[in-house]
Parts: sequence; structure tokens; C-alpha cells
Amino acid sequence: MATSLDTTESVGMPVPAPSIPGRSRRRSRPGTQLVVGAVLIALVALVALVSLVWTPYDPVATVASDRLQFPSAAHWFGTDRFGRDVFSAVMVGSQITLIVGFIAVGIAVIVGVPLGILAGMRPGRLGDVIMRGNDILLAFPGLLLAIVFGAVFGAGTVTAMVALGIGSIPAFARVARSGTLQVMKTDYVFAARAANRSEFRIALRHVLPNISGMIVVQCSVNFGIAVLAEAGLSFLGLGTMPPTPSWGRMLQESQQFLGSHDYLAIAPGIAIAVAVLGFNLLGDGLRDRFDPKMRSSR
Amino acid sequence: MARRLLSSLGQFLATLLVATALIFVMLRVMPGDPAVVALGINATPEALAQWRAEYGTDQSLAVQYLQWMGGLVRGDFGMSYVTSQDLSPLIADRVQVTLILVGLSMVVALLVAVPLGVLAAVRHRHPSGVALAGISQVGVAVPNFLVGVLLVAVFAVHLGWFPSGGWVAPADDPVQFLRRLVLPVIALGSVQAAIITRYVRSAVLEIMREDFLRTARAKGLTKGAALVRHGLRNAGVPVVTIVGVQLAAMLIGSVVIERVFVIPGLGSLLVDSVGNRDLLAVQAIVAVLVLLVIVINLLVDLAYTVLDPRLRKAA
Amino acid sequence: MTCTDFAVDVRGLTVSAGATTLVDDVTFRIAPGEKVGLIGESGSGKSVTSLAVMGLLPDTLTTSGSVTVAGSDDNLLGRSDARVAKLRGSAMSMVFQEPMTALNPLMRVGRQVAEIMTIHRTASTSEASRRAVELLTDVGLPNPAESAQAYPHQLSGGQRQRVMLAMALANDPALLVCDEPTTALDVTVQKQVLDLVLRSVTQRGTGLLFITHDLAVVASVCERVLVMNRGVVVEEGPIETVFTRPQHPYTRGLLAASDLTATDADGRLFTIATAAGYDPSRLRAPETSVHEQPVASVVAPAPTPDPTPASAERAASPSPIVSVRGLTKTYVRSRSGLFGRAARVDALRGLDFEIHEGERFGIVGESGSGKSTLLRILSGLDQPTSGEVDVVGTSLRGAKEKDLGELRRSLQIVFQDPMGSLDPRMSVGDIVAEPLLNPANLRSGLAASPAERRRLVAEMLDHVGLPTTSVERFPHEFSGGQRQRISIARALVCRPRVLVADEPVSALDVSVRAQVLNLLADLVDEYGLTLVFVSHDLGVVRHLCDRVAVMRDGRIVETGPTERLYESPTHDYTRQLVLATPTLQHTLEHA
Repeated sequence: MATSLDTTESVGMPVPAPSIPGRSRRRSRPGTQLVVGAVLIALVALVALVSLVWTPYDPVATVASDRLQFPSAAHWFGTDRFGRDVFSAVMVGSQITLIVGFIAVGIAVIVGVPLGILAGMRPGRLGDVIMRGNDILLAFPGLLLAIVFGAVFGAGTVTAMVALGIGSIPAFARVARSGTLQVMKTDYVFAARAANRSEFRIALRHVLPNISGMIVVQCSVNFGIAVLAEAGLSFLGLGTMPPTPSWGRMLQESQQFLGSHDYLAIAPGIAIAVAVLGFNLLGDGLRDRFDPKMRSSR
Repeated sequence: MARRLLSSLGQFLATLLVATALIFVMLRVMPGDPAVVALGINATPEALAQWRAEYGTDQSLAVQYLQWMGGLVRGDFGMSYVTSQDLSPLIADRVQVTLILVGLSMVVALLVAVPLGVLAAVRHRHPSGVALAGISQVGVAVPNFLVGVLLVAVFAVHLGWFPSGGWVAPADDPVQFLRRLVLPVIALGSVQAAIITRYVRSAVLEIMREDFLRTARAKGLTKGAALVRHGLRNAGVPVVTIVGVQLAAMLIGSVVIERVFVIPGLGSLLVDSVGNRDLLAVQAIVAVLVLLVIVINLLVDLAYTVLDPRLRKAA
Repeated sequence: MTCTDFAVDVRGLTVSAGATTLVDDVTFRIAPGEKVGLIGESGSGKSVTSLAVMGLLPDTLTTSGSVTVAGSDDNLLGRSDARVAKLRGSAMSMVFQEPMTALNPLMRVGRQVAEIMTIHRTASTSEASRRAVELLTDVGLPNPAESAQAYPHQLSGGQRQRVMLAMALANDPALLVCDEPTTALDVTVQKQVLDLVLRSVTQRGTGLLFITHDLAVVASVCERVLVMNRGVVVEEGPIETVFTRPQHPYTRGLLAASDLTATDADGRLFTIATAAGYDPSRLRAPETSVHEQPVASVVAPAPTPDPTPASAERAASPSPIVSVRGLTKTYVRSRSGLFGRAARVDALRGLDFEIHEGERFGIVGESGSGKSTLLRILSGLDQPTSGEVDVVGTSLRGAKEKDLGELRRSLQIVFQDPMGSLDPRMSVGDIVAEPLLNPANLRSGLAASPAERRRLVAEMLDHVGLPTTSVERFPHEFSGGQRQRISIARALVCRPRVLVADEPVSALDVSVRAQVLNLLADLVDEYGLTLVFVSHDLGVVRHLCDRVAVMRDGRIVETGPTERLYESPTHDYTRQLVLATPTLQHTLEHA
């Protein structure tokens, strides 16, 4: 039978896609955004790891004689009103930032993604109920939840990250659902059903791998949001409690020395911006790398 | 059209009902008896019982919820457990402050972001477009309270051009009102502008790839004219979405800026009430904030209908 | 308007993207009122050429050569966008392929038509809206005054394409460029739109540049044709000459692969590779069809199947392998919101038919006919609302997922979209192995061990003509035709008895189409399969199937042996379909 088969289909036509190159958006090399984002995140992670074993000074040790010193060779970022080394505190502060981000995003992914997939695979009553619940949760922004939880359970790092995590669930559920709906409409899911694969298998083998790109993008975006929110909460005194160093609280404490000791605000401020920028760039870079069609469904 | 409107309204009411119930339950989980919190641990049992009767906390939870909801419908938030102050006028006052701050910041942000976003998209290959995209990218990452703190340092402390904070009601002294608003609005608005610029840019870029823009050019419009006549309204849909999301986020997010500039907004009241363990005040403020968020979502939903005829049919 | 002797004059047009040349030194001229076709397969550069003429290429592409349009004296290439814009919509205009996306969804269509006149100041605003309604009347839109107030989503695909045409013709351009204007439309609608295009340009003396991949369409519309391949015009001339005495091997190959009535010694379609044995002059030979009175000399349109085991078995088994009685399907669209009203759609309104073992059964219908719904039900992917459906001994009415294992062991599907039917995140090996994981297959002892599954997959891939190294690769690394081969391999790996093919070749270029159809025919013979072949393309069905059912609006309007149905259709709609389908023979005979 091989007689009628020309395996070389390209006899008469070139194989590549027919689209006009100027309109295609796929890039083969990783974008600059991706690289810069990854480098910034790696920097923050590295600082956090190093700070576990070494900091120039004990970040919580108060030295009365060293109060409010300007940046110098001894204290790169200066010292605060209790004589604590700002550089060391910024280093240690990265730990809290990353932990809050990881836990908050983790909660949101673990709860939101399965709910979204379920809502997408069962678009009937169950899907409706899940999405209505999601809409209600959407009315409680993460920051508001964190403040209320602070009132109920007492403010602290754990409360903050749980609240921010719960507040991010709707975003993940929505993304997972819209991706699932797209995947469930494809012929390869029909083919899988025609092969008698169970729904659970389809979710695992087809849906999850195909929406993972969108979810990773959402993760990095929400990581940035969580970092900002934690800083805001600590700024309000509702996040990480003293003496654990936290960038948000350092900023708040710097307020009374504005005008005379601005470096107290700038050091933690830049740290926050670098972390958030890193995650945002990473998210954008990843978005560009994944299927452009999936991209339009926010 | 009417059916869609009705359906949006129905969803709005249902969401509101469930949300208030959630708030109520959430805050009743709070450990500690509000009577003890209000009167102190040394209060006599009689005094506590009297307090409970006065504030209605001796009733069953269902009754308390119904009483509270009844009050909400009439715009009566009850009396603070801690200060015994009537909450309704206080909250009304604070809501005004927050709405002015947030609303003005959003207007400023949109005025800056829409033209810049369109420009960044149209010139996305040009250095200026790339620079705009880069600046907005960095802007998104800067916390608004850092901007606030730096603005105070430069313009209030060093230069002394503006007061470092405080609030004057517009009716009392319009000039002082405006002077005090400049820095907080810039702090809140600039970060928003960065966020919205990015969304406008990506929405316009998306639209620029649409077939109907090519049709518009085939009809004899230049690229720019085609974008203005046919593209911008289409790009409006995703931008409205993000404006809604950001307004909702700012309502509560402005609390940090209120702290920086010592502005008596709703968020500040919430944080204070949490500090005082003023249960009823927290409950009322959260309800108001959630109501505002739901209203914004409803308005966004209606804006879609106005913008996009495809959504006007129910089915 | 035309003081020049041409509508458009293109000389040495070259378009390149960086180092790749997309269009290489293309030269042609279209006289006023002349109708010129530009044919080629995907990637041939035909669309790029049309966009270059209109000045609509992306800035990232570089052009050289010259394009001159009637009414302007100089070369349009290299002019500023603003200066070319003055000519677009007035001296030259364009109709695009996708009527769904080519209109602004947020603007009423009347305003979109009127706009082209206000842009060029050929009419005042009020005059333009009046003229817009007139133009919509001309292009045959129902209730033109009301339709002008409609938004694009409220119109059908054909109506939207009529709006596009009204727009394009509003300023009486010297040149009309049509880029695959009917590819997205149903056959009957395609015929109406093509007639309208022809009538309009003939009336106005407009020069027409008609781009298409469909040789029959170009033959029915144009007088002259240019054949493009890999950015180069390989042949040009009057339709009749080019199509009956092609000089270039590529043209001959295209003709051979497009001609579904011509087969080689083995009863298989010609491909570009085997086109040497094809005789194009047969296109001029009188041929029996519904268009003319039957003549005795029939060119065997479908291969007469040899008495294979399958057909022998068919004779022996009286009970049908698929039996459908009184099948209906009603969809209830989910409510929108809390108070939204549920909409009912009757997709199938009572079907009765049987398919026998070893038969090649075709189902023909246009969009909305219910053929896809029928397929889904036959495959056990959807439940019938009422009626009885038995497929390979399984009753599908009310069947639970767990009861369908046997059905799915014996029935497999090949889908339309070669990209969308393969999971982009799975390797080809995993994709093809998936049906083997059906518990019913595992129970039956087929490929119970991973090693055995790998062996079967490799064997199957070899069988469909793909290298065994494909196992490790991913779908995006393959061309459209190769992907369809993967899809076929997946369907046949578990040795089903029934193969359901849903428009398996409609997304493919003609040369690849012939190869895939040949492969299908080979495999159906070899495995003794029962084939259920769904298509909108009568030519393909005619080539492949022995019996056909014609569907419309959820009903079967006619069933019968393929030849009988094509030669003497009894139902009006069948006749309409057959007449509307352009075939090379027919159009060339009447040229």
C-alpha cells in the first residue's frame, strides 16, 4: 500500500505555517522580560537564603550608640532609630516576603485551580454554583480580608498570608475555568472521551497540562500582588509583628524621620519594588512564551 | 437588554445578601464577649447583663442578624460598642472622604493612562513606546505608600510646597482642601496610571491585530484613523474591566495612603476599629466596602452592555 | 474614471521578510473589467501579493517593484500610508476571507458601508446613509433598511460577506480584490456570493483580482489565471488553456489532485507526485452529471471496491452495524444569569437510517444541518433526546459512560482540524496510544503491557506513513497532512470496526487532501472498516462513499447510492447542492 503514500508531503508546498511573518508573535529566544524577571527573583531568593545563615549584623540587635547613622562602609544602608543595621534587616525581610508570597499563592492555587477546572468541566448547575460563590468571594479583596481576619484571629504573618491567599482564589478559579472551557471544546478532548478515558484522567492528562501555562502566569502576577499587600499590611501594623524585620514595617517606621533620614524609606522601598517587578516581568515573559490564543482570555 | 439588566440586578442583590451574611458570621466568630470588651474585665455581672440588653447581644444570632440587616436597609448601622457613638453619620462622613480620594485618583490616572497606553501600543516598535512600556512596568511594582512617603519627603518636608497631610472638608475651605489632596492623589493615581497604561497598551495592541482594522484601512483610512474610529471603542471593554477591578482594590487599598497622609477615610476608620476591637463598627464598615465593590462590579457589567451590542441579547 | 488601459499594473513585485522571500518578482496586469484569478496553496504568497497591491502589508515586510492602480500615475509601493489610503476604498477595494471578523462588531453595518463614502467624500453624511441602504439592496440583503441598522453578529456569514461587497463597491473602484471570499461559506451560499461578485464587476466594468485555492471556483469566476507556488508565478494564461494544457508540472499536479473524478490504475486519486499520469484534457471531455443529460461514457468516479473480505462479510451479515430510528436531539442552551430564559435548539428532528458492515457511508450537509450533532451521538459523546441508536451492538439511548467501553473499542473518530484534535502537550506516541488505554481494550488483552502498546503504536505510525521517530515528537512539529495521519493512526490503533471521519480533509490543501483520502481508502480496504464520512464537500464524498445521506435542518432529506443521488437527485435540496458545487468539468465545458 505504500505505493499511494507519499510521505514527503512537501513536494509541492513548503511546510511552514502560511501566516505573514509580521503578524506572528512567537519568539524562539526567551524574551528580555523573562530573563530580567528571573534574574531579579533569583537575586531576592539568593539574599533570603544567605540571610538564613549570615547577615552583616544581627538585624534585631539594638545598639544605642549607633542610632540613626547614615549609610557608610560599616552600615551600607545606615541604621535605624534603635541602631539596628538596615542592610541586615532588608536581607532578612526578604524571607517574610517570599514566604508570604509562596503560601498565599499556594493556597490560591490549591483551592482555586481545582474549583475552576471542576466548574469548567461541569458547566451545568455545579459550575454555576462554584462561579457564584467565586463572585461573592470577589467582593472581599485580599487586603480587606486580611484586616478583618486580623480583627478576628489577631494580626500576624500567618493571618496575612492566609487572608491574601483566600482573597486570590477567585482569580485562579476564573483563569482555570476559562482555560478549561477552551480545552473541553477541543477535538483532542473528544478523542480522549472516544478512547473512554475517565473525566479524572482527562482533567489530569489534557486539561491541566494545557492550562498550566496560564496558571503559572497568574501565579507570578499574584505573587507580586501578595508581596505588595503584605508590605501594605505591615505598614499598617497589621502584618508581620516586630521584631521580625519586614519591608513594609520598615517603611512605616521611616516616616517620622522623613526629611532627615530618607534612606530609611528608600532601602526597603527599593527592595519591595525589585521583588514585585521581578515577578511581574516573569509573568509577562511567560505570557509571551505561551500560546497567544490563550493569552487573550484573562 | 431589559432582561440582562434585570439579571444583573438579581445577581447583585443575591451577592449582597450572601456577602452580608458572611460578614456577620465571620465577625461573630471573634473570640471574647463584646460586653466584656466594652466594660472591661472588672465589670459586674449586672452591668454586663444591662449592656447586653441595651446592645441586643443577648438575643439569638438569627435575631441579631435580622436586626442588623433591618438597620442596614434603613441606613442605620447601630451604635458603636466601644464609643457608644452613632455609627451611621460617622461612616457616611468617612465614605465621602474615601470616595473623593479614590474617585479623583482614578480620574487623574485615566487622564494620564489612556493617552500613554495608546501611544505605547501604536509605537510599540519605536524606542518611545518601549520606554513607556518599561516605565509603566516599573511603576506597577512600586507600592503607592512608598510614592506617598517620598512625595512627603520631597514636597512637604524639603520644599514645603504642600502640607504633609490632613484633611479639610471642601465646604470649609476649598483651597486648603485641594492643597491637601494634591500629594495623596498623585501617590494613589500615579501607580494606578502605570497599571492602567499597561492594560490600555495590551488592549490596543490586541485590537490592532483584528481583521476589521485591516478592513477599515482597506476602506481608505490610515492606520491611525482606523485605530481611532474603529479600534478604541473595542479596546474599551478590557479597559473597563480593569478599571472596575482597580477601583474595587483602591477602595480598600487607599487605607495605606490614608495612613501616610493622615486622611480620615473609611479604611483608617476600619483599622482603628479593629484596633479598638469595635465589633459593630468593623462589621458596618466591611459591609459598606463590600457593598461598594459589588456596586462597582454591577456598573462594570452594565458598561459592557452599553459598549458591546453582542452582549445585549440575553441568549 | 479610467483613462488608463489597466485597472492595476504590477511589475516585478517582490516581498520579503528579512532573508526569506515571500513573493518573488511577480508581474501581472489586469485590464478594466477583466477577471483574473490567482491560485495557489497555503504559503504560496497569494495573499501577500493581494495585500501588497492594497498597501496593507505589515511594516516589517520589505517590498520592491511597482504597483500602479488606475487613477494614479506613480508606483504605490513606497508611498506614505496616507497617500495610499486615498486610493484604498476609492480606486481599489478588497473583500476578505473571514466575514466574521472583518466587520467592526460594535458598529451598525449601514454605518460601516456609509463610512467608506464619507471617508472619500463621495457623499455627504445623509446621502451616504441613503446610498448605503441602496447598496445593501443591490447586494441582495433582505430588508435592507432594517439590515442597515443591524450589528454584524446579527447577520449570517453570507450576509456579512454581502455587506463587505457592498462596502467594497460603494465608490465604484477600478479594481476589486477578493481574497478567498467564499472559503468560509457553505456551498449554496458560496454560489450566490460568487454570482453576485461576477454580476457586480461585470456591470461596473471593475477589474477583479480573485484569490483562491479552489480551482473550480476560479474557473467559474475568472477568464485568466495566475498559478503561484512558493512566491513565484509559475504559469499564467486563459483559464481554458492553463487548465487543459498545463505547461508547468506544479499546475498539472494541482489539477490532478483537485480532480476527484480521476483515479490512477489502482483506483486512487492523483497527487502532485503521481500527476505525470494524469491527463488534464479529460476535463474538456463531456461527462455525465446532473448538469447535462447522462451520456454513456462515464469516467469511473469512485474506485469500484474489489471483493474484499469486508464486502463479502457485508453480504453475509443482514443486521446493520449502525441503526438509527426516530433520533431527535434538542439542546437547551444554558440560562444566562439568574433570570435569563433558556433557549431551545432542535438540532436533530427525527432521523432514520442504517449502515451495514463494510459500507462507506457519506453524510453531506451544510453548517447547521445537524451532521456534527449526529456524529457526536453516534460516537457516544452526546445523548439522544429521543429515538433509538444502536452502534455495533450497543444501545446508546440512556447509556452510561461505563457502558460505552465496548462502543469506543469498536468505533473511533478522525476529526476535522488537524491541529485542534491533537493535544499540543502530548507526544505523538502518547496521543496514538491513548485509545489503547480504554479499559475495554485492556480487558480484551489488546496491548495490555506498555511494551506491547509501544509496538502497536510504532506499527500503526509506520502504516500511515510516518517515521517511527515521530513517537517522541510533538504535534506542532508536523505539517497539516502529517497531523491528520497521526489522527488516523490514533483512530485505528485499537482496530475498531467503524471509523467515523468528520470533515477530515476540509482543512487541507488539495495536494495533501488527495494523499490523505488515498490513505483513508487504503486503510478502510485493508482493515475491512465501516466508514462513516461526514463532509460538506460533495466531490470528496462522491469519490469515497458508496451510499450518501443528505442532511438539512436536522433531517435527512434524501438517502441513496452515491451515483444515483448525484446523477438523478430526487429532492430539491440535493439538486440545489449538486448544482451549487463548482466542478472543474462543468465550468470548463461552459467556459
